[in-house]
Amino acid sequence: MNAVLIALLALPLLGAALTLAPVFGTDPAVADRRALRLNTVLTGAVLVLTVALAAGFDHDEPARMQATTDVSWIPAIGVRFHLGVDGVSLPLIVLTSLLTFLCALYSERRLPSGEHVPSARAFTGLFLLLETGMLATFAVLDLVLFFLAFEIVLIPMYFLIARWGSGAKVPAANRFILYTLLGSAVMLLGFLLVGSKAGTFDMQALAAAHGSGLSHTTQVIAALAIMIGLAVKAPAWPLHSWLPDAHTAAPTVGSVLLAGVLLKMGTYGLVRVLLPVVPDGTATLAPYLGAFAAVGIVYGSLVCLALARSGAKGDLKRLIAYSSVGHMGFVLLGIASLTPVGVNGALFANIAHGLITGLLFFVVGTLKDRYGTADLDTLAGSTGAALYGRAPRIGALLAFAAVASLGLPGLAGFWGELLAMFGAFDPAEGLSRPAFVTYMVLAGLGTLLTAAYLLIVVKRVCMGDPKQPAPVPELADLRPYEAVSWTPLAALTLLAGLWPALLLGLSDPAVKHLLGGG
Amino acid sequence: MLGTALGAQLALGPHSTGQPTVTSLAVANPGSLIQSVDWVAIAPPLIAAVAALAVLVTDLFLPARHKKLLGRLTAAGLALALVSLLSLTGGGPRGTFCVRDTGTDAQNAGCSYVADHFALVFQLLALGGALIAALLSMHTVDEEAPGGGSAAGLPRGEYWFLLLSSATGAALLPAARDLATLVVALEVASLPAFALVALRRDGRGAEAALKFFLSSVTATAVMLLGVGFVYAASGSLHLALIGHGLDGVPGQLKPLAEAGAVLTLVGFAFKVAAAPFHFWVPDTYTGAPLPVAGYLSVVGKAAGLAGLALVTTIAFRPYAHTWGLALAVLAAVTMTVGNVGALRQRFDTSYSAVRLLAWSSVGQAGYLLVPLAAAGYAPTGTDPLGATAAYALIYGVVNLGAFGVVAAVGRRAGTRVDDFRGLFARRRWTALALAFFLLCLAGLPPGVVGLFGKVVVFRAAVDSGLGWLAVVMAVNVVIALYYYLLWTARLFAPAADGGKAAETAPEPRLPASLAATLGLTASAAVVLSAAPQLVLQVAGGTLF
Repeated sequence: MNAVLIALLALPLLGAALTLAPVFGTDPAVADRRALRLNTVLTGAVLVLTVALAAGFDHDEPARMQATTDVSWIPAIGVRFHLGVDGVSLPLIVLTSLLTFLCALYSERRLPSGEHVPSARAFTGLFLLLETGMLATFAVLDLVLFFLAFEIVLIPMYFLIARWGSGAKVPAANRFILYTLLGSAVMLLGFLLVGSKAGTFDMQALAAAHGSGLSHTTQVIAALAIMIGLAVKAPAWPLHSWLPDAHTAAPTVGSVLLAGVLLKMGTYGLVRVLLPVVPDGTATLAPYLGAFAAVGIVYGSLVCLALARSGAKGDLKRLIAYSSVGHMGFVLLGIASLTPVGVNGALFANIAHGLITGLLFFVVGTLKDRYGTADLDTLAGSTGAALYGRAPRIGALLAFAAVASLGLPGLAGFWGELLAMFGAFDPAEGLSRPAFVTYMVLAGLGTLLTAAYLLIVVKRVCMGDPKQPAPVPELADLRPYEAVSWTPLAALTLLAGLWPALLLGLSDPAVKHLLGGG
Repeated sequence: MLGTALGAQLALGPHSTGQPTVTSLAVANPGSLIQSVDWVAIAPPLIAAVAALAVLVTDLFLPARHKKLLGRLTAAGLALALVSLLSLTGGGPRGTFCVRDTGTDAQNAGCSYVADHFALVFQLLALGGALIAALLSMHTVDEEAPGGGSAAGLPRGEYWFLLLSSATGAALLPAARDLATLVVALEVASLPAFALVALRRDGRGAEAALKFFLSSVTATAVMLLGVGFVYAASGSLHLALIGHGLDGVPGQLKPLAEAGAVLTLVGFAFKVAAAPFHFWVPDTYTGAPLPVAGYLSVVGKAAGLAGLALVTTIAFRPYAHTWGLALAVLAAVTMTVGNVGALRQRFDTSYSAVRLLAWSSVGQAGYLLVPLAAAGYAPTGTDPLGATAAYALIYGVVNLGAFGVVAAVGRRAGTRVDDFRGLFARRRWTALALAFFLLCLAGLPPGVVGLFGKVVVFRAAVDSGLGWLAVVMAVNVVIALYYYLLWTARLFAPAADGGKAAETAPEPRLPASLAATLGLTASAAVVLSAAPQLVLQVAGGTLF
């Protein structure tokens, strides 16, 4: 039993339950303020707990499961309440609690309000439930629990999009939940197949067996089912079509968490479940995954390029959503290479994407708030939105996030994608080298296209003539609460870029362990 | 004296051709036909039956102003019957009404009534479901009693008597181990249900009852024909002995045995409302008083399922692969038809809430059939039936809860789903309870127990190698989520413009019996969500 990890999950869950209780007073405005304050306090407490967890983590043995809890929960179907963290999950847990805290902080000041928007109490309840699900996904070590955690996030995220979103929010939310549920139901079938044949749902036991006792056919079928389920969430091309709508419609904090954490649940699952549990099946399917990843990279960048053109009526949030398809393509490519280098790169790119895209969505969400639209053509006018002149700090942050996203060396976006491509250059034994080299070339092409569209965006949003008539006359620059909630992301982007060993040192031994080499 | 009388009857039985063997068997050992009855084992249905008679008699002597007591008497009787289940847990299976010299050494093979785990679980479901339905009914019956405002009122004494009688049949059925008892129990469960549906004497009630009656009676007729064939071919009515007998059926009787098996299954398929025999469901549910609809959707379905499970897994064991495939197809078609029907249900028409629940119950029946189909494929030693039992228990709690909320919200007949718009603003806890029930039915957290119910059903399918059925079910779960979610989202949506006035007017308090029902079902669902082991333990071991 480890109190910290359990408290990490129990705290937001209890907070969510608390929002149902009549403890916030009768005046709606006061109750809303108190609820949002509770949200900040609880997510802050969770962040403190996570930092304590990271501090107590034995960095000499990142491959070992630490802070474990393992008690029987539903003996009838062999489900155990098994928690633990290792070098793969620890960074993701820290990222999750950091992003949720920053989002809570941000939403305390900037919650969408209006006639039909529900109360902030409801927001707090859903938000905390969402945090429980996200943290649980990265902390559980039982396949059925993993599925449960995977499903917990759906309902809160659905309501965040459908009730606090903008535009065509209800169809977008429906599409989000139906896609992901179909994916996770298929994934559950894969899990059950594994559990049925191997006799256990315990991830550690299954990883230790490393696929022994499972026939090749079983492994391929199970790997296919699990891969489809996780690929919907990741999302991999061509299963990505829920993502742009959901991101565009979601409120700012929803987009940040969707891109920053929810997508990672898919790729984390691939590393945590697919690689160690059904290695043979994964090896059979890896070339296809790599191919879809490479197509996704190029496709995402091309769509972004099209959206960034002037006159294309491209929505900035939609553009960043599509850029996520491309970036997650790198993560998937790294995983598909089945090499420690590639998987490490994938995990690094995971974290980097969470930081950078989180920041981008924050900035773009703010622009949307101030301009009332995220339509690139409206923002840019004829010369460009001239943020450098009109709101220099926001402009600088946007430019920073954009160049980090395109993979400028020295920032977080660089290492992950480089390592992923490096992994594809020299894939694991048994995988077709020419195919993977082709994917790598496509990915390289993707980085060029990514650089092109991000620079176009920077040019059209940050540069331009400040004197030209703009949709809004006065543009407020960075507000204090915005600075507080964004600076940590920018700082960590820089830190991860300059000191990649911080993350790689954690993930490398764990990855080698999962791949069966150590 | 009884022994000799029965012996003489046996001597003239269908297989008796006057040969001395049969006669001498009966005469030589008449003592074997006199036996002591295990009263504890038969207590659950017996108590319900006694309570039914007590209610009927009390009704005659009770002055009109005290008729409210009848409802309490019913609830007490059902609660007592539930308590009597407790004394049966723990021990091994207890059989009674047994025939000795069955020719097999299997335990309780010749018994007509066996209280084993399977029986106990389904008796719990039947009696518990009836108890919740009774609690739900208290308000409806009081409100619609003759002279209570409504012209087409519900006669009280009859209502409670019929409910208890039907519950008796439903409780007897899972313990029945011969085809005659099975058919009798099924009819005891069904016949009062027709009357219950028809009790509200308006046009809809009569139409609903007629549809229900005709389809059900057809089913019974078909089933009886099947039972006759099976008896003719196997020479026995006891399920275990039929299974034994079917193995050694001579070649020329084989088509008869197979036809009998198919007809029997068709009869049960009618009762569980499996497609294509589901047409009566939406109309019957809308015409029946709401608690009766809830009762039918849970207890009626449980009775049919229990019968189906008994007949297939015990009696027709030798044909496992045939009925396994048939049930798998039936399950796939039923869940698809039910869910697509629910998907097509408009939200703004009259009675749409009940119709949606009716279609959803057809879909859920499809899920419930999956483990039964899996039982046809399962290797010996595993028992997927537990998954059906666990899922049925979970479904019983949350579905009755959902019916309870519909009863609480739509006091007038013909509640639309759109009437639930903005319920959260008006009745916070009722809306939360319904949202929780719907998410349990959909199988999505926070309705954790519903999710695990689906997991055990999926597991049963995957373990038996019915991968395709699992995939069909996965698609269906997603379809079903859509309409459950639309309804859930309605609860939290801002009230329509017309609802502004209603919003300011204070809502009347929930009647105590409805509040109790909702509290009971909701807390049961929450507790089970935190500790699914409580219900899933029936899925862990073998039930027989």
